[in-house]
Amino acid sequence: MFNSIVLVKQVPDTANISGKVMKDDGTVNRSKLPAIFNHEDKVALELALRIKETYGGKVTAITMGPPRASDILRECLYMGADAVYLISDRKFAGADTLATSYVLSEAIKKIGNYDFIFAGRQAIDGDTAQVGPQTAEKLNIPQVTYVEEIINCKKDRVTIRKKIEGGYEIVEAAYPVLLTIIKDAAESRPYKAKRIMAYKNAKSLTDLEGMTEGNSLLYTDKLVHEYQEKNLFIPTFTMDELKLDPERCGVKGSPTKVFKIESVVLGGGNHIKVEATKTGIGNLIDQLMADHIFG
Amino acid sequence: MNKLSNEVWVFIEQRNGKPADVSFELLSKGHKLALNMGGVLKAVLIGDQVKGIAKETFSYGVDEAIVIEHPDLLAYKTMPYSRIMNQLVNEAQPRIVLFGATIIGRDLAPRVASNTKSGLTADCTDLKIDTIKYLGKEYKDLLLQIRPAFGGNIIATIITPDNPTQIATVREGVMEKHTSTAVKEIKITEIPFKPDPSDDLVRIIEQNVEESKINLKGAPIIVSGGYGLGTKENFKLIYDLAHTIGGEVAGSRAAVDAGFIPPERQVGQTGVTVRPKLYIAIGISGAIQHRAGMQESNKIIAINSDPDAPIFGVSHYGIVGDAAEVIPNFIEAYKQKLK
Repeated sequence: MFNSIVLVKQVPDTANISGKVMKDDGTVNRSKLPAIFNHEDKVALELALRIKETYGGKVTAITMGPPRASDILRECLYMGADAVYLISDRKFAGADTLATSYVLSEAIKKIGNYDFIFAGRQAIDGDTAQVGPQTAEKLNIPQVTYVEEIINCKKDRVTIRKKIEGGYEIVEAAYPVLLTIIKDAAESRPYKAKRIMAYKNAKSLTDLEGMTEGNSLLYTDKLVHEYQEKNLFIPTFTMDELKLDPERCGVKGSPTKVFKIESVVLGGGNHIKVEATKTGIGNLIDQLMADHIFG
Repeated sequence: MNKLSNEVWVFIEQRNGKPADVSFELLSKGHKLALNMGGVLKAVLIGDQVKGIAKETFSYGVDEAIVIEHPDLLAYKTMPYSRIMNQLVNEAQPRIVLFGATIIGRDLAPRVASNTKSGLTADCTDLKIDTIKYLGKEYKDLLLQIRPAFGGNIIATIITPDNPTQIATVREGVMEKHTSTAVKEIKITEIPFKPDPSDDLVRIIEQNVEESKINLKGAPIIVSGGYGLGTKENFKLIYDLAHTIGGEVAGSRAAVDAGFIPPERQVGQTGVTVRPKLYIAIGISGAIQHRAGMQESNKIIAINSDPDAPIFGVSHYGIVGDAAEVIPNFIEAYKQKLK
């Protein structure tokens, strides 16, 4: 039996940025970007579920983010997660990777009882690949990054194939260990229709508060109880619940600051226009030959 | 706050006793940063019998090399390497530490930043020393860490204003490597290694490395395709053109994500930075993320069906048209000219 905690993140779909999401001043209009489940985190969850299916155990998914991040926790339930937690507090806003890993490591300590921590190698909005290793450091456990395959789990050690520069390495890691997963490691499973039916109404506290707002017949406390009874309540960890040091959270706990943002002017520039015809391209090739680039 | 250090450190990465190119590139940059802040440049080497590499670093303007040697340190392992770096950084609190944004650097740097509670900025495309005002306070000789952000659609300048140590990673090929004319006396400081039971938590059973056949960095001509090609089938046209004109094949991040080409061939901030004689970008819109990796090419030809694509902004020649028509025309015209 092996228990896993999977770190997942909701990210803006930066891969599909087109002209429509760029404002006139060249900055990105975030509200036009759909929020998605970071792909490599989904692959990480897939590997955790496979371990559970092969050896038994429990899979818990956690995310730190704004209340709407409960969307991807529902998706984790659709895939097969046994439990999910939303880690959310206004005081977490503006966290860099150091502050984020502090909060995540404390949430992991509160959940406890784990053999594996899984995470995607990196999230597509920052591409830093830092939160995984920083979380492992704070938990004082080893890590294996760029995991391509989990070969087998023995009682004391797990055998892993990981990517290294120009090749791969087979390593054996003792438990507990944090693994970061690359996208080629597995294909994540489709959501199960039965689980979608079962969990599409799973709600976090903020979700339920939204429902009671403007409806005097509903009381949040009562709803929470009701959803807990039905096993549809997504628990939220706040800063107070995790007994965190406010100096280490959010902007305060983040040593890195954004000093300046420059949007890039997207323009035509001063290039020479070449006709797409054979003659046009022929002339271009003549020019490149004269420049000793061709020939 | 205590007086800040004036030291710039570069972690020198080696694999099986071979130093990584990116480490020398970082030394070249680190030398400039140290000069600009009136500081000193130090190289940190961890491994087995790495003094030869340590000596090599002095051609790049290093003032002192810190060496930790032990047979157990032959191959990179997270636990002992991070333990050593944590201790060194915690004790000396260097002002700046630079790591290559390689698989090893991205494994090690975050652990060091976490342990020493330092700021860490990944994949910087430029680094500068400047005195700036931030929130009404003046900061002297701060490291400006410049990187494309948000999927490469904006350029952000990141600072670590209030911590003793500023850590950054840089991809291979981003900084230019050049030796220094002012080579100083070789000064190597050896620090003993004490093994620890935690070193054994992850054991290497087998290592398999192949010399990469792909050499984008050294290719004089690169033909690069993007998401605009639409299908893997259409992407074959990129290979056809590259084959005809004797170039290497590359692609944008979107092309890699779509599975058109393997990640080893990705050009851009999170891929390889190239400076070929000729770069042909086909079906690539030209997000900053991509431009960061190719805009210093000697000549750039952009082929795109969208006349407003940003890629034209960094191109010398632009062809507006459908790749499926332009590429066959290009191939035919080329064959005729070189008959």
